[in-house]
Amino acid sequence: MNKPVTVDESLAREFGLTGEEYGRVLSIMGRTPSLTELGVFSVMWSEHCSYKSSRKWLRGLPTKAPWVIHGPGENAGVVDIGQGYAAIFKMESHNHPSFIEPYQGAATGVGGILRDVFTMGARPIANLNALRFGSPENPITRRIVDGVVRGIGGYGNCVGVPTVGGEINFHPAYDGNPLVNAMTVGIARQDRIFLSAAAGVGNPVVYVGSRTGRDGIHGATMSSAEFDEDALSKRPTVQVGDPFIEKLLIEACLELMATDAIVAIQDMGAAGLTSSAVEMAGKGGVGIELDLDAVPQREPNMTAYEMMLSESQERMLMVLRPDRTELARQIFEKWELDFAIIGHLTETGHIVIKHKGQLEADIPLEPLADEAPVYDRPSIAPQKPAELGSVHAPLSLDAMLLQLVASPDLASRAWVWNQYDSTVGGQTIRRPGAADAAIVKVEDTQLGLALTTDCTPRYCQADPRTGGAQAVAEAWRNITATGARPLAVTDNLNFGNPEKPEIMGQFIAALEGMGEACKVLDFPIVSGNVSLYNETRMPDGTTQAILPTPAIGGLGVLDDVSTAVGLGMQPDSDLVLIGATKGELGQSIWLREILGREEGAPPAVDLAAEKRNGDFVRAEIQAGQISACHDIADGGILVAAAEMVMASGTGCELESPDSGIRPEAFWFGEDQARYLVCVADAKSFCAKAAQAGVPARLMGRSGGNELILPSGVTISAARLKSAHETFFPALMDQ
Amino acid sequence: MKAAIVVFPGTNRERDMAIALRRVTGQAPRMIWHHETDLSGVDLVVLPGGFSYGDYLRCGAMAAHSPIMRAVRDFAAKGGHILGVCNGFQILTESNLLPGALLRNADLRFLSQDCHLRVEVEGTPFTRRWKKGDIFRTPLAHGDGNYTADAQTLAVLEGEGRVAFRYADAKGRVCADDRTSNPNGSVNSIAGVLSENKRICGMMPHPEDLVDPLMGGEDGLPLFEGLVEALVR
Repeated sequence: MNKPVTVDESLAREFGLTGEEYGRVLSIMGRTPSLTELGVFSVMWSEHCSYKSSRKWLRGLPTKAPWVIHGPGENAGVVDIGQGYAAIFKMESHNHPSFIEPYQGAATGVGGILRDVFTMGARPIANLNALRFGSPENPITRRIVDGVVRGIGGYGNCVGVPTVGGEINFHPAYDGNPLVNAMTVGIARQDRIFLSAAAGVGNPVVYVGSRTGRDGIHGATMSSAEFDEDALSKRPTVQVGDPFIEKLLIEACLELMATDAIVAIQDMGAAGLTSSAVEMAGKGGVGIELDLDAVPQREPNMTAYEMMLSESQERMLMVLRPDRTELARQIFEKWELDFAIIGHLTETGHIVIKHKGQLEADIPLEPLADEAPVYDRPSIAPQKPAELGSVHAPLSLDAMLLQLVASPDLASRAWVWNQYDSTVGGQTIRRPGAADAAIVKVEDTQLGLALTTDCTPRYCQADPRTGGAQAVAEAWRNITATGARPLAVTDNLNFGNPEKPEIMGQFIAALEGMGEACKVLDFPIVSGNVSLYNETRMPDGTTQAILPTPAIGGLGVLDDVSTAVGLGMQPDSDLVLIGATKGELGQSIWLREILGREEGAPPAVDLAAEKRNGDFVRAEIQAGQISACHDIADGGILVAAAEMVMASGTGCELESPDSGIRPEAFWFGEDQARYLVCVADAKSFCAKAAQAGVPARLMGRSGGNELILPSGVTISAARLKSAHETFFPALMDQ
Repeated sequence: MKAAIVVFPGTNRERDMAIALRRVTGQAPRMIWHHETDLSGVDLVVLPGGFSYGDYLRCGAMAAHSPIMRAVRDFAAKGGHILGVCNGFQILTESNLLPGALLRNADLRFLSQDCHLRVEVEGTPFTRRWKKGDIFRTPLAHGDGNYTADAQTLAVLEGEGRVAFRYADAKGRVCADDRTSNPNGSVNSIAGVLSENKRICGMMPHPEDLVDPLMGGEDGLPLFEGLVEALVR
C-alpha cells in the first residue's frame, strides 16, 4: 500500500513548496530529504504554520500594555484581570474545512481553539465565534449554515463550555469560502500558567489523548491554497472531532496542571505531531527524539510520514519531570485516556524520528525555524472609494425600519443561539442578545469578563484601513457599552490570495488601521491567527476573493460584575444619543438593503472621539447613571433604538432630529463612536457630557410597548420582533 | 442536608449544581467519581447534566452501568432521595429508577433557551416550596429531552400525581402540540417525573442555573430550598 516515492522538486511542489523553497530544504539538509523530512518541511513552511506572507506586517501591531502577561508567540494571549487571575484567549479560523465538511470543520475548529487555551493552564469558560456565509439565495448556503451551527453546538455543548456570543454576516463573496472563526476564553491563576518551551535534556516527551489516525493529513497545506472545483473531493483532509475525549482531556490536563509534573505542554493542532514537537523543542533550544512505535495508533500500518502529518484531534504533547511520570500516567488512566512516552529531549538541536528501527528523519531545528521563508509580497495600495452622491429614501421610515430589522445581516440570531448551550458553568450573566458584549463571571469572584467578536467586512472591502480601525473600535465600543474596561484583543485575519498585489494591499492597509486603533484605544493584540487564500476558483478559471475580514475578538473586565448593563430599553427613562451625527450612508446597510447598492466610503473612524465618548459612557455606567446602553452600528440610530425595544419589550417615543440632516441619513447613517443610553434625566446627563466634550442630546422617552416615530407612526415591539425573527427560521426550516 | 454529586466522564454541569447546593446548604457537596461505590452518610444524591460517555450509544445508557449506579440503586431501594437533571434524568430512566424515556427533541435540534414550568404536585421534597399551579422560569439545554412513556405508564404517572413539572407558557397554559410552550415535544408536556415513593425526581430543565439574581433570577432556588427543608437532620 505504500508505494516507494521519489522525493524531488515535483513532489515538493505537490506538497505546496515552491522550487526556491525546495532548494532551501536541500541546502539545509545537504542531501535529498526523506519523504517524512519533506513532509515536515512542507507543513512547517506552509502559510498556515509559518505566516510567511504576513509575518513582516504582523510585527508592526501593538502587542504590549502593563496588563499583558503573554502576547503573540504563545498558544494564546494572556492578560491580567486582577485578583491574581489571568484571562487566556485566542481566536482561530477553520474556514477551508468548514466549506468541505461544515459539521466537522466547525466542530474541530472549536476543539482546536479550546486546546490552545487549556494547554496554557486555563479552564475554558466561554466560546464565541465569527461566521461569514454566502448569499442566503445560494442553495448551498443553507447546508453550510446548518452544518456549521450544528458543529459548533455539537462540540461546545458536549465539552460543557458555554457559547456566549458571536456574529454572522451573509455576502455572496463567501459563497464558495465561508469563514468560521472560533474564539475561546479561559481563566487561570497568574502563577499557574503553562508554556510550550521544552527544557531538560533527557526529560520524557509524553503523548496523551486520542490515538493517531490517517485523518487530516496535510490539512495545513490545504488551508494554504485556494479552492478549486475539486475542493469537495478533499474531504479526507478534514479531521473528525470527539468532544467527549476533549472534555476528558481538559479535566485530565487541569488535574495534572495542579501538580508540578509539567515542564512544557502544547496541543497538537495544525500539522499535528510535527508542529508540536518542532515548536516545543525549537522554543526551548533543545533537540527532540521521537520513537513513533510508541505513538498510540488508531489504524494499522501507519507510516512515519502519516503519523507526523496526521491532524487527528484531541491530542497533546508534554514534557514531564521524569520523577512525576507515574503520577501523570495515573491521572490519565483515571480519565481513560491514552498516555505514552514517545521520546525524550536531547542536546543535538535536531528533531530525530525513528520508526520500526529505521531513522525516518533527522532535521536541524534552528534552520527549520530561522530559514523558514518570509515574503515581502508585492502590494498595490487600495484606491480610496468614491464618495457616495446624494441618495433618497424610496419608502417611509417605518417601512424601511421593518425591512432592515428583517434583513439577513440584522435579523435575530436566536435560531442560532438557541442551539448553543450558553448557560453551562453557571456563570453567564448576559446571554447572547442581552448586551453588546457577553458577560461571564469569574467563578468565586465578583470579576466579570465582557466578550465580543466584531468586523464589518463591507467597510474593509471599500477601505481596508478604515475598516480595520473600525473593527477594533467596534469591539472596544461593545465592551464599553456594558460598562467593562477593554483590555486586549485577539484577531483572525481572513483574506484572499496574498500572491495577488491587490489582496496584499488590502492586508497591509487593514493592519495599519487595526494597529492605529489598538494604539489609540490602548487595546493591544495579544494573540491571533491569519487565514489567507480564501478564494474560490470559478468554472471560468477566475478566482473570487472573500471580502477582507479581519475579525476582532475583544476582551474587557468588570471589577464588579453586578455593575454591567444590558441593551434592553428600561422603562420611564430618557433616551440619550451620545456622539456626533453627520448621517454617513456610504457602505451602510440601509444603502445595500433599501437601494441595493454597495457604494461609497465607509463612515470615518475618529479614534480620539471614540475614546472620549467611550470613556465617558463607561464612567457613567460605573457611576450607576446609565441603566441600558447600546452602541450604534449597522443600521444606525433607528435600528439601534428598535433593537433596544425588542430586547426588553419596553417601547420608546423618539424625538424629531431637528438636525438639518435628511431623515434617512440621520436615522440610518452609520457614523461611528455613538451610543444610545437610558438615563433618569437627560438634562443633567447632557450637561455633564458637554463638560467632558462629548456630544449628547435627548433622543426620546421610554415607556409603553411601542416604538413611536417622530411622525407619530407607531410600531409595536411585537411587530418589530415578528419581522426580526422571521429570517433564520424561514431560511433554515423550509 | 449532606448532598453528593455523581461525576461521570463527560458530566459537565456538576459545577453549576455544586453552586446551587452550596448556596442553600452553605457547604460544598461531595463530588463522587463514577468508580466509587460508597454513599454512606449522604442524604441527597444528584446526577447532574452533561454528556456522560459522550452520549454515545444512547444518552445515559452507559452511565447506567457504571459502578456508582449500583450504589445509587441500593440507595434508592433504602428510600434515599435522588435528583437527576438533564443527563441525570436520562440516566435515571436508563437505570429504570424512573419510568419512560427521553427521545430526540421533536424538531431534531439541540435547544438552549428559557422555558416555563408549571408545578403539578405539591408537598414532595422537590416541590414543597411551591403550590400546585405555580409557574417558574428555568433554562433548558438538551438535544434529547422529548419525554415519552407507554399509555399505561402515563396513566399511572398522571393518576398517582407523579408528574412533577410540565412545560407551560408564561401564564401557565399547557399545550403539548405547541413548540413555543413545549419546546422538545414531550408527551403531555412532561418536564419532570417522580418515583412511586416521590423521593426520586428527574427533570430536563436546569433549575440550578437560575439561583442568583446576577444570572437573571432565582426561580430555581425553591427546589433546592425545599430539599434542604425536607432533608434537614
